[in-house]
Parts: sequence; structure tokens; C-alpha cells
Amino acid sequence: MKPAPFSFVRPQGLQHALEALAADPGAKVLAGGQSLVPLLSMRLAAPSTLVDINALPDLDHVRVDDSGVRVGALARQADVLGSDDVRRVQPLLSLALSQVAHATIRNRGTVVGSLVHADAAAELPMVLTLLGGSVSVASATGTRTIPAAELYAGPLESTLHHDEIAVEALFPGLGPGEGVAFEEVSRRHGDYALCGVAAVVRVEGAHVAEARVGYMSVADVPTVVDLTTALVEEVAQRPSRRARNQGELSDQAVSAAAELALQHLDPADDLHASSAYRAQLVRVLTAHALRAAHDDAVVRGGAPG
Amino acid sequence: MSEELYDVRLTVNGVAHDVRVPARRLLSDALRHDLGLTGTHVGCEHGVCGACTVLVDGRPARSCLMFAVSAVDSSITTVEGLTRDDGTLGPVQQAFAECHGLQCGFCTPGFLTTITAGLADHPSPTEDDAREMVAGNLCRCTGYTNIVKSVLRAAALRDGRRTPSPGTEESET
Ligand SMILES: Cc1cc2nc3c(=O)[nH]c(=O)nc-3n(C[C@H](O)[C@H](O)[C@H](O)COP(=O)(O)OP(=O)(O)OC[C@H]3O[C@@H](n4cnc5c(N)ncnc54)[C@H](O)[C@@H]3O)c2cc1C
Ligand code: FES
Ligand code: FES
Repeated sequence: MKPAPFSFVRPQGLQHALEALAADPGAKVLAGGQSLVPLLSMRLAAPSTLVDINALPDLDHVRVDDSGVRVGALARQADVLGSDDVRRVQPLLSLALSQVAHATIRNRGTVVGSLVHADAAAELPMVLTLLGGSVSVASATGTRTIPAAELYAGPLESTLHHDEIAVEALFPGLGPGEGVAFEEVSRRHGDYALCGVAAVVRVEGAHVAEARVGYMSVADVPTVVDLTTALVEEVAQRPSRRARNQGELSDQAVSAAAELALQHLDPADDLHASSAYRAQLVRVLTAHALRAAHDDAVVRGGAPG
Repeated sequence: MSEELYDVRLTVNGVAHDVRVPARRLLSDALRHDLGLTGTHVGCEHGVCGACTVLVDGRPARSCLMFAVSAVDSSITTVEGLTRDDGTLGPVQQAFAECHGLQCGFCTPGFLTTITAGLADHPSPTEDDAREMVAGNLCRCTGYTNIVKSVLRAAALRDGRRTPSPGTEESET
């Protein structure tokens, strides 16, 4: 099928784009088009105007600074994935990006577009939420910064106002003692995941100080659960001091963590997987991700094993 | 009902074309209908199959996920642009012919464009690299084995290597 008719503008400046957006309540932003154009072709969306932001200047930056990784609205997923600076400052972003679609889609698709598209099955919204990042938006009347925790209102629904353009995303960098991991299972390589899990584990010496885990495709919005208690309690209950100081997370600890996580999730049935299978993926991938992030933290920190 | 039309200059295979199209004209349709470049094929029309892949400023992109009106500042290469200047087959096309990398040919234009760009980035791919290179393109006929061989053969041809048996090149020249 073909898209329904619409008017088109391709502004050369941000102010002009913001005015065009504000002028038509039925207008929509066109970035990489990798999510929007299929929706138009399937006639699941029929905006009256498309505001193509691809000609706007100075929005394709990928910068790292003390606060983390800053990604402009026109930085393509492929460019962020290809950046060594990004991989060094926040490896979780690179890990997640390598799971987003295929290289050809990443050549056009933007990181910011994926964030505001707000798909609960998408990697990047979950990673932004897990890392406590934010998105800066502009409208004809001003700018504001939306923390990731306030960005997702529901399935495919962000809290951006109609007349706002997201100009930059901030992914905080890896903190001291932290390690990260990303695990997902999909039907085919490059497909949206049936379940995806990212973990950030912080160690202090041989102890787990914090463990936060993000989930995609198993709730209506990207969901982050703090699993620190499950890990810390289990370690404290180990019989000997030696066992407590052992580097590895026990089977009991990671399964307790996964059960805790499931209390916050709502794995659904669909064509691709039953809810029971998705719940099982939560258990398995939580264990993998926690262990891998823990190992990563130990290796990075050079902590005793 | 008359639909608003836009004057668009498309640069395709190094040639500028002026067309008048509605905003909703997909780049894939503009190439095929307005410019008559029917080498670009259209399968799924939502980004999944890869048949419509063209190069946009040298990088593979789905032409079914771009509007012609958005392509004004870009240089587009279609499968028609992959032949050599003298009209003979380019290295990737030649390799597909030698290695039986196609059967019905429906998917082939998307593979040829994708691999052309892939080899520019990875001139000496391993078999795994070759598989990764074509992972976003679907073929319902070949089972991919001969397509992977074609990638390796095309890498050899690009290098001017004349290795006789396709798909068995070493990674060093
Ligand atoms: C075959 C295929 C497979 C895919 N697989 C995956 C996958 O596995 N995981 C995944 O996460 N994604 C996947 N995607 C989607 C892809 O990552 C998209 O690129 C991404 O979701 C949207 O980014 P975009 O730049 O293309 O945005 P667009 O499609 O242009 O826009 C998407 C939405 O966001 C809005 N928007 C975009 N940018 C802005 C902005 N700066 N300000 C305000 N609003 C804006 C648009 O109005 C629209 O509503 C896939 C896509 C395809 C075609
Ligand atoms: S027709 Fe464009 S990807 Fe299938
Ligand atoms: S050759 Fe027929 S689909 Fe690939």
C-alpha cells in the first residue's frame, strides 16, 4: 500500500521547522523514516504534513563529555554504533545498537527517532531509561529536558508535545565500578526481540553495591527494576566469609532477582511468543545479563575475583 | 481531487533528473515509474525484504522507506549504476553471474547494491563477514550459499585477483 496524501516541508533551520510543526496540528516530524514510513505505507498513520528535519544544520553530532554521550537528532544509528568514543564512555549503548535492526536500516534510522518513537520492543528507549538519560526538546516557544523516567507514557507514546522536536539525547557514561551487559532473543537476527534485557551492575571490592536491569518487549513501556536487594541479601546469607567474597553470583541469587523482576513485568501473548515463554526468557536472560554485567564490572575494576 | 505536486531534482547514477511528484511518492516508485529505472525491485514496501535497496551517498538504504522529495540533497546509486563505464558488469554483478548468486533475480538488485557498499568498507571479508553483510536482505530462491560465495568472489575480482574457484579465496591476497 501507499501512504495517504500529505504536504511536505524540508526546512533549512530549526526555527522554521518548529513553526511549521506548530502551524498544523496534524503535522509530524520525519527523521530517518525507518519507523514512520512503514506506518504511513500501511496507513496506520496519516499526518496532514510531514516536516522533514534531515536538512537541519548542526544536529548530526555524536559527542562525549564528562556527563556521557550526547547524540544529536540527525546522528544515524550506524554512526553512533561506529564511534569508538561512545563504546569507551558508554559501552551499553554500543551493545544495544548492534541489536537494532540491520546495518542498512541503521544507516538511515536515528537514535533520537528511536527514543521518541517509544516502542517498548525497541532497544534504545530501554537503555536510555536504564541509564537515567534524558532527551532535550525544542518548540517554537522554548526548550526543555525530559528525563527518561518521564519520557514514556504508553505503547508508542512519548510525552513530547505535538509541536516539539527532540534535538539531543544524553546517555550518561559508565560510572566507577560499573559493568554492563545486553542480552536479547529474537526470532531472526535483526528482528525486534521477543525479550531483551540490559544490566548495569556496580561492584565495590568483591561486593555487589547495585544492580539495575532494564526490560524490553515484556511490558507496555521500557521498564527498569532495581534488583540490588535480591543479590545483596543472597550474598549476605552465604555460610562462609569465603563464599561471600567469591566473585560469582550464585544460581539462587540470579533466580531470586529474576522472580523479583517478573513482579514488575507483564509479558504478553502474541503471534511470536506466549506469555509463559516470554516469562521464561526473562528468567534466563536476567541471569545471563546479571552475570555478564558483574563479570564486566570485575574486569573493568580489576577487583579481586 | 488534485494532489499538490513538488518539483524535485534527483541525482541518480551521476545524472540529474527533474521530476514533479506528490510528496507521498516513495523513492522506489520515483525511480521505477518516473525515471524508468526498473532495476530497483519492490517486495514488501516496509523495509523488511531489502529488494529495493539503493545507495544513498554511498550507503545502502531502503528506497521504499524514503520519499523522493527527501532525496533532493543526496546522490543515489541504483543497480543500473553498478556496471563499469564501458557497459560491462561490475565486480559484484560479475561474481553473481559466475557463482550462480541468483535464480529468479527478484532480490538481486538489493544484494548487489548492499554488497557493493559492504566491500568498500570491508574489502577482504571472511565468510562470516559476508553473511553479516547480506543479513538484512531476503532471498527466497538461493538458500544464500551462492550469495555468500559471490561476496567472496566479488572481493577477489575487486582486487584484480583471478582466483579460479569461487568461494575458496584465502583472506590474504
Ligand atoms: C526492517 C526494520 C527492522 C527494525 N528493527 C528494529 C529493531 O530491532 N529495534 C529497534 O529498536 N528498531 C527497529 N527498527 C526501527 C528503527 O530503529 C527506526 O530507525 C527507529 O525506530 C526510528 O528512527 P527514525 O529516525 O527512522 O525515525 P522516523 O521513522 O523518522 O520517526 C519515528 C517517529 O518519531 C518521530 N520523530 C523522529 N525524530 C523526531 C525528533 N527529532 N523529534 C520529534 N519527533 C521525532 C516521528 O514523528 C515518528 O513519529 C526497524 C525498522 C525496520 C524498517
Ligand atoms: S521493498 Fe523495500 S525493503 Fe522490501
Ligand atoms: S533469486 Fe529469487 S529471491 Fe533471490
